Amino acid sequence: MLYGLKIATRYLTANKAQTALLVAGVAVGVFIFIFMSALIGGLAEFILSRTVGDLSHITIEAETDDPALLISPEGHVLVVAERGRTRTATLAEAATWLPLIEEVSGVRAVSPQITGAGFLTRGAQVAQVSVTGLELGRESAILDLAGYMVDGDVRVGPGLISLGRDLVDDLALSLGQTVRLESSKGVAAILTLSGIFETGNGAMDGARAFVSLSTARTLFEMPQGVSQIEIKLNDLNAADATALRIRALTGLDAVPWTDGAEQLMEALNAQAQTGYFLKTFALITIVIGVASALLLSTYRRRPEIGIMRAMGAGRGFVLFVFVTQGALIGLMGGITGAALGYLALLPFPPREAFRPGMLPLDITQGSYGLAVTLTVIGAILASILPARSAARVDPVTAIGQ
Amino acid sequence: MSTLLEVRDLVKTYGTGEAATRVLRGLSLHLDTGEMAALLGPSGSGKSTLLTILGTLMKPTSGSYIMLGQDMIAADDTALTDFRNAHIGFVFQFHNLLPDFTALENVIFPTAVREGRETPQARDRGRVLLTRMGLAERIDFPTAKLSGGQKQRVAVARALMNSPELVLADEPTGNLDRASAMQVMDLISEINREEGTTFLISTHDEKIAAVCRRQIVVGDGVVTG
Repeated sequence: MLYGLKIATRYLTANKAQTALLVAGVAVGVFIFIFMSALIGGLAEFILSRTVGDLSHITIEAETDDPALLISPEGHVLVVAERGRTRTATLAEAATWLPLIEEVSGVRAVSPQITGAGFLTRGAQVAQVSVTGLELGRESAILDLAGYMVDGDVRVGPGLISLGRDLVDDLALSLGQTVRLESSKGVAAILTLSGIFETGNGAMDGARAFVSLSTARTLFEMPQGVSQIEIKLNDLNAADATALRIRALTGLDAVPWTDGAEQLMEALNAQAQTGYFLKTFALITIVIGVASALLLSTYRRRPEIGIMRAMGAGRGFVLFVFVTQGALIGLMGGITGAALGYLALLPFPPREAFRPGMLPLDITQGSYGLAVTLTVIGAILASILPARSAARVDPVTAIGQ
Repeated sequence: MSTLLEVRDLVKTYGTGEAATRVLRGLSLHLDTGEMAALLGPSGSGKSTLLTILGTLMKPTSGSYIMLGQDMIAADDTALTDFRNAHIGFVFQFHNLLPDFTALENVIFPTAVREGRETPQARDRGRVLLTRMGLAERIDFPTAKLSGGQKQRVAVARALMNSPELVLADEPTGNLDRASAMQVMDLISEINREEGTTFLISTHDEKIAAVCRRQIVVGDGVVTG
C-alpha cells in the first residue's frame, strides 16, 4: 500500500500544472460549500435571534377551568357561565416550582409573571395596554429590557411603570410623571414613569406596560401565584426537549416556542433545504471534475499500466494507485478550499454582532471538517470508475500502443 | 539440465468467424533451465504471440503450457500475476520504462510491487544490477535523460531484478545501433553464463541470433527448426 501511495503521489507531481488546476477546481467547490454553510447557518441564527431572541423559549401557563354549569337534579343544564375574555386561571403553586425549574439543565433564566389588560389614562387621553408584572431584579430575564432602555431605569419597583417610546410619545409623557392604570378587574393605581424602552417592535413600543409583580397583584387581584412562567434557555433549539423534561418534572403544561411557530420553522427548513441543494451541486461538480481528470489520466497512462501489469502488479494495485490519486486530490483540494473559506469568512463580524443590513456569515458554521470529509469521500467515489477502467487494461494491448 | 517449460499443441486464434486469424497452429516447444535461445522467423510468424503466451500475459485458444511444474493455462489472473512477478522477466523492443521514475526506481519496481514498499535490500540489488549494466553514474537519473542504449540496459536490469528463471526478450536490440545492440547482448550472455538465467530472445537479426547457443525458427505458427 505504501508503494501504491508513492506511485500515486509521483503521478500527481509528474504533471504539477494539471494537478494544481484539478486541486484548485476542487478547492473552489469546497469554498462554495463552506461559504454556503456559513451563510445559511448564519442567516438561520440571525432570523432566529431577531424573531425568537426576545421571546420566552418555554412558557408555562395555568390551564383555564371549564366554564361553570348549573345542572338540575334531572340532569338538565340550567345555567352556563360564559367564558370571559380575561384570563382568570393562576399558577397558584408557582413559588414551589420555580427553584426546581431553575435547576433544569440548559435553563438560563426563569421569570414568573402576572399578565393582563388595562387602560392607561393621562389627562384626557386613554390608551389600552397589555400589562406585565415582573419580579424585581428579573426585568431582563426574557426580553432584554435593559438593552432597550432609552431613558430611565430598567428596575420596576412598586408604584413604578416602564412604557414603550411610542406610547410615551402618544401620551406626551416624560420620565417622572404619573399615569393612572386601571386593570380589566377595575382596580386602578397611580404609577410613576420610571423607564422608557424602544425595541423597534410597534406592538411592544406602543401598547406594553411593565410594572412590578406586587403592583400587578394588586391590579389583577391576585394575592398569590402568577399567570405564567417564562423560561429562557441557553440553546433555543433545545426548547422541545427541555419543555418535555419540565413537564415530566412538574406536571405543568410547559409549551416550547416552536409550538405555533410552524411557519418560521418551515421557512428555516426551506432555507436549509436550499443550502443542501447548493452544497450537493458543489459536491457533484467536484466528483465530475475528479472523475473526468482521472479518466483522462487513465487513458494517457495505459501503456504504463500495461508495463506495471507485465511486471507483476495486480489489478488491485492498479486500482489502489488511481483511487489514491482521487483521495489525495480530494484531500488537498478539501484542505485548500476549507482554509480559503475560513480566511474569507474571517473579516465578517461574529454572529453576536449581526445587525440588519449585514451579510450574516457565521464563521463557526462553515462545516469545515464535513466539507473536507465529504470531498475526500466524493473524490474517492469519483475515482472508482477510472480506477476500475485502469485495472481492466489488457497489458498486451496497452504495451503495444 | 532440467526442463524449465514445455508447451504442446499451442493454438492461438484472434477474432471469430470469417475474420478469425490463426496465428499459432499447434506449436510445441520446450526450454531447459539455463538455455539461451533465439526465436527466429519472419514477421507474422507468431513469435510475439508465443512470447506473450509464455509470459503469461495472454492465454492460448488451446494447448498446454507447463512451467516449473505448474499449469499456466489453468491458473487464474492473480496466480499468473504473482507467478510472472517471481519467475519471468521481460525486455521489450521499446524499453517500456516508467517515464516519471528514475533508473533505479524502474529497476526495483518488480520487487517493490511485491513487497509493497521499496526496501533497502531492493535498492542495493538495483544499484548492483545497474552498475553491472555500466550505469553506475546514471542510477538516479530520470529515464527521460537516458540514451536509447542506456534505457534498454535499464530494462534488462529490471527484468533481472527478481532473479527470474526465464527472461523473455522481444527484439531487445531492434531499436538500437549496432554498438549498443552488441553491448546489450554481451550483458545478456554474461548473465546467462554466470547466473544460469534462461533467455528466449525474439530477433530478426542473425548476428544477434548467432550469440545464442540455440536457434528456434517459427514459421506459419509452428516450430520449423
